[in-house]
Amino acid sequence: MDLANKNLALLFEIFGTHVYLTQSLLSTWVVMAAMILFAIFVKIKLRSFSPVPSGFQNAVEFAVETMDNMVKGSMGDGFGALGGYFFSIFAFILVSNYTALLGMRPPTSDISTTLALALLSIGIMHFLGVARHKGRYFREYFEPVWPFFPMHLMEELTKPISLSFRLFGNILGGVIIFELIYELFPFPLRFVIPGFLHAYFDLFVGALQAYIFTVLSMTFISLKASAD
Amino acid sequence: MDSMAFVMGCSAIGAGLAIFATIGAGIGQGVAAGKAIESIARQPESRGTVMTTLFISCAIIETTAIYGLIISLILLMANPFVGQLR
Repeated sequence: MDLANKNLALLFEIFGTHVYLTQSLLSTWVVMAAMILFAIFVKIKLRSFSPVPSGFQNAVEFAVETMDNMVKGSMGDGFGALGGYFFSIFAFILVSNYTALLGMRPPTSDISTTLALALLSIGIMHFLGVARHKGRYFREYFEPVWPFFPMHLMEELTKPISLSFRLFGNILGGVIIFELIYELFPFPLRFVIPGFLHAYFDLFVGALQAYIFTVLSMTFISLKASAD
Repeated sequence: MDSMAFVMGCSAIGAGLAIFATIGAGIGQGVAAGKAIESIARQPESRGTVMTTLFISCAIIETTAIYGLIISLILLMANPFVGQLR
């Protein structure tokens, strides 16, 4: 039984390091292509949108409005511009987690993908914190007294690690469980029992982790950058 | 004894022991869910807020269990001790 993320082909070589096309990178490209095609489709449909929504337009407007309301509700005012960012990371993580249903290796079961997403959120957090609070942002590291500085620094360092490892561990755990299940059961049972497990590990956990990643990013950003 | 086999066996035991990290997370999630149900029973109108907070706090509690899982996965798949033998 092989649980590793297999190398499919050699892409290029940089500074003596070989960069391979892995299974998760391939499914990342599939997810990207699907989402870009859907975005172009919505953009073309946008011309024929009417003031009174119906059908497809209803669904698109509902999705965007739900995320905008969530940003307003959990982050307060002044973060309206971030609605698009949160909608994109939520949609990307959700579609990535659901690729496991098609038998692909989910992109989020690769630590590189989740670490990149987490660093993006943490980068926005620090950028907005510096841009909105200026000197007060740096003073918070030395509160209440200066010996607390290493603890504040440690807290900031663990934020991206915990954010990325949570998503990575949950999705990779699901992948490993399915590898074991498909090895374990004899031929006819493989079509019956994993169905229920797919409903929990892929559908439920996938949606929950996408939601939690988005909500935790919102919480981190609003804690650092809200104008109180 | 073959030193390679000894290191690999000890790594497998360590990978199993690392999963003990899930005990704390399990107790913590149980306490959190119990308290959430208590507060919903007391104030049923606050169900939405309590459920959202419960999901977020369960995700944060789960982090410790995930760290244990990561350690055991490292020991099983990318073992750092086997490399030092060669």
